[in-house]
Amino acid sequence: MNRRHLFLAGLALLALWQGVAMLVHQPILPPPTEVGAVLWQEVRNGSLGGHFLASLWRVVASTLLAILTAAPVGLILGQSRRLNAFFAPVIYLLYPIPKVVFVPVVLLFLGIGDLSKIVVIYLILFFQVLVLVRDQAAGLRPELILSVRSLGAGRLALFRFVYLPASLPAILTALRQSIGTAVAVLYVAELFATQKGLGYYIYLNGSALLNYPAMYAGVVAMSVLGLGLYFLVDGLEKRWCRWQTAA
Amino acid sequence: MIEVESITFGYTPGAPIFEDFTWRAGRNESWVILGASGCGKSTLLSLLAGLLRPQRGVIRIDGQALTRPRPQTGLIIQDYGLLPWATVRENVRLGLRIRNFYGADGIHAPRDYRPTLDVEPWLERLGLLPVAEHYPGQISGGQRQRTAIARTLVLNPDVLLMDEPFASLDAPTRENLQRLVLDLWQERGLTLVLVTHSIEEAALIGQKILLLGEMPNRIARVIENPGVLQPDYRDSSAYHDLCRQLRTLLEEA
Repeated sequence: MNRRHLFLAGLALLALWQGVAMLVHQPILPPPTEVGAVLWQEVRNGSLGGHFLASLWRVVASTLLAILTAAPVGLILGQSRRLNAFFAPVIYLLYPIPKVVFVPVVLLFLGIGDLSKIVVIYLILFFQVLVLVRDQAAGLRPELILSVRSLGAGRLALFRFVYLPASLPAILTALRQSIGTAVAVLYVAELFATQKGLGYYIYLNGSALLNYPAMYAGVVAMSVLGLGLYFLVDGLEKRWCRWQTAA
Repeated sequence: MIEVESITFGYTPGAPIFEDFTWRAGRNESWVILGASGCGKSTLLSLLAGLLRPQRGVIRIDGQALTRPRPQTGLIIQDYGLLPWATVRENVRLGLRIRNFYGADGIHAPRDYRPTLDVEPWLERLGLLPVAEHYPGQISGGQRQRTAIARTLVLNPDVLLMDEPFASLDAPTRENLQRLVLDLWQERGLTLVLVTHSIEEAALIGQKILLLGEMPNRIARVIENPGVLQPDYRDSSAYHDLCRQLRTLLEEA
């Protein structure tokens, strides 16, 4: 996608927001100009930054944790037909369950700290990465493996030169597909038992303080978080998986 | 160079593809294994590559009993086995990277191996420099096969095994590459073993042709083809006679 088109689309959305806000003319829908001013103020006086960083940390930590645990498991299951036959039904049953319903359960077990929020997002990403990496590793043609073995590769070199690079696009695809869900669940998780994070900030300003422009500033910050991560993954995919678009 | 000593091999018990099968190929000879589909040609090649092991008997290459893929044996397969995510240059480097990864341990790389990543001479020799930065998905079938050949020859093998290497190429590309393989075979002093189901290809490349027939294969039937290096062999009557002979033999088998 063209950067200029993205920029223009962004402008169009802002204009739409401005138009609707002017039509509605209510405190619950302030125009982007007003929200922008409050956002700038909240960033400058430091009240938003801490919440943003808390949310960012939770997403990044759970993402890294998911990649580090799910990718190896996916690689092993993708290479071993027997292990996969054993675990596939379990994964099949767990995969489609909306993990967000576990938020209260995880909170009960892991308490109100960062850990419970990280675990909830981790659960979502884990299955996504696991399934995509497993299918990618299983889909490698046996001829490819044979010919690389004939070049002298043992298990370690196969892992390093075939399975690892082959699973990279699967990991990035999994992240791209699930970042939206991850941020949405982050919001839900931050509604419970915390005083940090953008979810809490939005809820506090919207429902307790009734400071609508600040609430919208929080919504914008959360969107920036989601979009930023999405762009990051997209950029990495373009950089590391050039062969997929080049063919 | 290659000694196959009374081997027995089958994928399922009771249905051997080779039974007490013995065959020898001398150093620097070019061999073609010819036969219909499913006669065990590719299986024999996988055995020679050390990717499969016989249930009985032994295969020796250069005097050493084969128990695993040997670093001095190159294998090229029909669909090239290139990494789709690596450029032509990186694909050609793959074997070197694997050797550098393990070091000169005598198992994955020869003991006298010196780490290098220089593949430019081979890219040039095989005409791959213009597409060196392309991915396999962006180049033609002939170029992919050249990439696979370059990747193997970079490792300086003494035995080159090829499994139906030209089957999916168009006729001019195929003839071009057949000539290239013959040139490289002579130039590098290789022992060449090429598997094909094409009678014409067998007659054009094999100094000696090993015919495989109905399973289980027990005896090695060998047809000599001394004229293979003559210029214009493709148009000679000897070539056409040989093709006719091979066709009759295949039909009998």
